[in-house]
Amino acid sequence: MSVLATIAQATETGALTAAELKNNAAASGAGLAYGLAAIGPGIGIGYLVGQSVQAMARQPEAAGTVRTTMFLGIAFTEALALIGFVVFILLKFA
Amino acid sequence: MDSTLIARDDGPAVEMHIALDLLRRALWVAPVLIVLFGAIWGLPGAASTAYAIVLVVANFLLAAALLSWTARISLSLMMATALFGYLVRLAIIFAAVWIVRDAAWVEIVPLGIAIVVTHLGLLFWEMRYVSATLAFPGLKPATKGS
Repeated sequence: MSVLATIAQATETGALTAAELKNNAAASGAGLAYGLAAIGPGIGIGYLVGQSVQAMARQPEAAGTVRTTMFLGIAFTEALALIGFVVFILLKFA
Repeated sequence: MDSTLIARDDGPAVEMHIALDLLRRALWVAPVLIVLFGAIWGLPGAASTAYAIVLVVANFLLAAALLSWTARISLSLMMATALFGYLVRLAIIFAAVWIVRDAAWVEIVPLGIAIVVTHLGLLFWEMRYVSATLAFPGLKPATKGS
């Protein structure tokens, strides 16, 4: 049974108040947002590092430059996940 | 064994160099952000901002240390570490915020804003220096104020 169906059933039987229902929906939304926000950067980092390793294999003498750019790229990509995380904590705890 | 699995880079640890540079810049930025957010959200805001800056810098240092260390072992291991390290570091940040979420000295809004602002601000600042260095290797920007 889906989460929504469970919540709907609990509401009908009076097991959940409106405030609890709202809290549950907010928690589900926040968790979903955080999970979705982590997928994109994961794909991005995988692609970025894969291409960097390929570049280092093709041109070992440029490895220092490639690693510098790669590290900054990873950090920038990770910023997307951090933004998702901040949205999550603001929805959940603020 | 396949050579791609044992290929490694014994060059200098550039990631650690960048991360230490970011730490040095964070020491300049931290007082400004702490005072600014402290003026808006009070003492909890200042404490939360300081905590956020520590989290961001620790995240950079951990990422750099892992990548530098594994690059000397194998590029394949570095690739795996980059991906799983990303997940582990996200989990560590999540746990670090989860632990203190109900503490009296924590204000969630400045904590969240400071995490994003510090992370992106430091990166753009560092990128300006790195891109200039890569584009004009003979004309590195002056250290003063960089």
